[in-house]
Amino acid sequence: MARNVTTRHKVTATAAAWIVALIIFFPILYTLITSIKTEPEAIAGFSLWPSGTFENYITVQTQRDYLKPFMNSVILSVGSTILALIIAIPSAWAMAFSPTKRTKDILMWMLSTKMMPAVAVLVPIYLMFRDFGLLDSRIGLTVMLTLINLPIVVWMLYTYFREIPGEILEASRMDGAGLWQEIVYVLTPMAVPGIASTLLLNIILAWNESFWTIRLSTTNAAPLTAFIASFSSPQGLFWAKLSAASTMAIAPILILGWFSQKQLVRGLTFGAVK
Amino acid sequence: MATQNTKTLARLMMAPSVLLLLVWMIVPLAMTLWFSFQNYNLLDPSNVSFTGLFNYQFFYTDPAFFQSIWNTLVIVGGVLLITVIGGIAIALLLDQPIFGQGIVRILIISPFFVMPPVAALVWKNMIMNPSYGVFADISRFFGLRPIDWFAQYPLFSIVIIVAWQWLPFATLILLTALQSLDGEQKEAAEMDGANFFNRFVYLVLPHLARSITVVILIQTIFLLGVYAEILVTTNGGPGYASTNLAFLIYRTALLGYDVGGASAGGIIAVVLANIVAFFLMRAVGKNLDR
Repeated sequence: MARNVTTRHKVTATAAAWIVALIIFFPILYTLITSIKTEPEAIAGFSLWPSGTFENYITVQTQRDYLKPFMNSVILSVGSTILALIIAIPSAWAMAFSPTKRTKDILMWMLSTKMMPAVAVLVPIYLMFRDFGLLDSRIGLTVMLTLINLPIVVWMLYTYFREIPGEILEASRMDGAGLWQEIVYVLTPMAVPGIASTLLLNIILAWNESFWTIRLSTTNAAPLTAFIASFSSPQGLFWAKLSAASTMAIAPILILGWFSQKQLVRGLTFGAVK
Repeated sequence: MATQNTKTLARLMMAPSVLLLLVWMIVPLAMTLWFSFQNYNLLDPSNVSFTGLFNYQFFYTDPAFFQSIWNTLVIVGGVLLITVIGGIAIALLLDQPIFGQGIVRILIISPFFVMPPVAALVWKNMIMNPSYGVFADISRFFGLRPIDWFAQYPLFSIVIIVAWQWLPFATLILLTALQSLDGEQKEAAEMDGANFFNRFVYLVLPHLARSITVVILIQTIFLLGVYAEILVTTNGGPGYASTNLAFLIYRTALLGYDVGGASAGGIIAVVLANIVAFFLMRAVGKNLDR
């Protein structure tokens, strides 16, 4: 009897959860389906059965040169994340292993720089970029993305490093390990998972950043965010192509995101929720 | 013994990121402040002069200004309301034993990884378009007249799109928090005859308080600066109906070439963000120091 109720409960909950999940996922699914429709099919009303053409993908590549913004997205997101890690690892390390009274304040201050609305500094940044010839350059955008994500990178690394137990260092020192051996054999292996999660999450954040990437690039350095935004004017007849471009723009990061969902929560809440 | 050395080393290690962020925070902001007192138009760059508070007065008396502040607050408030309430509901649902939980989680988290221009264009064209969108198809199915979302309810449409992007984030965090709730406590409450409502109000909600605060804090940071979603859907219109403060400043600066006016707007945005941040940090500080 009791068992019967539990099964019924589970079936009901399952049905409800799947309905909610499919509704939330629907826009993505429908984009994928529309991307393999022909253009007339795309505006012919609701249909989940496409004719299955891959023409749109080919057209997006041949007419709009999809590969270029894609490569820009890869270079900008990976480049800025690695640059941010190089700058952030030493400071997060110092904060985690030799904290002072002011460490907490410095961390809070770093987070507060994220509170500054990007648009408030649009004018000076735009003028500086123009005067230094950095508009529409990969270097300029990489620096920009590094700066805006640096506070988050420091925070995330700090929360991971803080969990490396200090006793293990003492133990290895007692066993006669030198500083170099300590870093290579003891600390690095323990720090790698945290660094990897930080890397993954920040690539996702940088890939999807859509204010500076759109405003500071036109063609040469334009990543996928700017590429897709340029599709906003033509309407109606280009939905299948827009869907193909959209699918290609989100697929890599979606798959990366699925793998990182465990780290996502603690990473984005700076360790406040685990 | 080596403490002095360690301290110096620690300072040296922290220096690059602290200095970079310091420069990043101070230099552009100081420039914005300086420009906000200048009469500076990009179309006439040779004619720059000091105007005192004229730009602020100009921005303040512009009817678009109050509307854009109101719109900013509507977007932040509306999205927070939908994502927190929806997030709690979905998290409670996913906390039940269900078949295929892994796949359900993957489906629900997915919108968070969709870049804003894609999310906005997909909703604008495929879902909300008054002639060919899915919503229009549904309306026609029930014999109703399709709604022209972006013409009739531009701000609400943007709230829906942004809420769709952030609902997964809220859900995932609240679900994680929910799963850390002690099962024995729940059982004990059940045995004592507490119904679902009572368990929710007296046990679950207090347990979630901290995560809800974190969700609100982090989302607010991003929601104050909603930009791409507006750019590719309504472009701020019709009129200023869906222009938030971020979009108004962009419009003044890069479409109106008015450096002084846009900078004054930027300073106002900073003040607004600081007011919000002040209250948030106080609330979060209380909640996080446990």
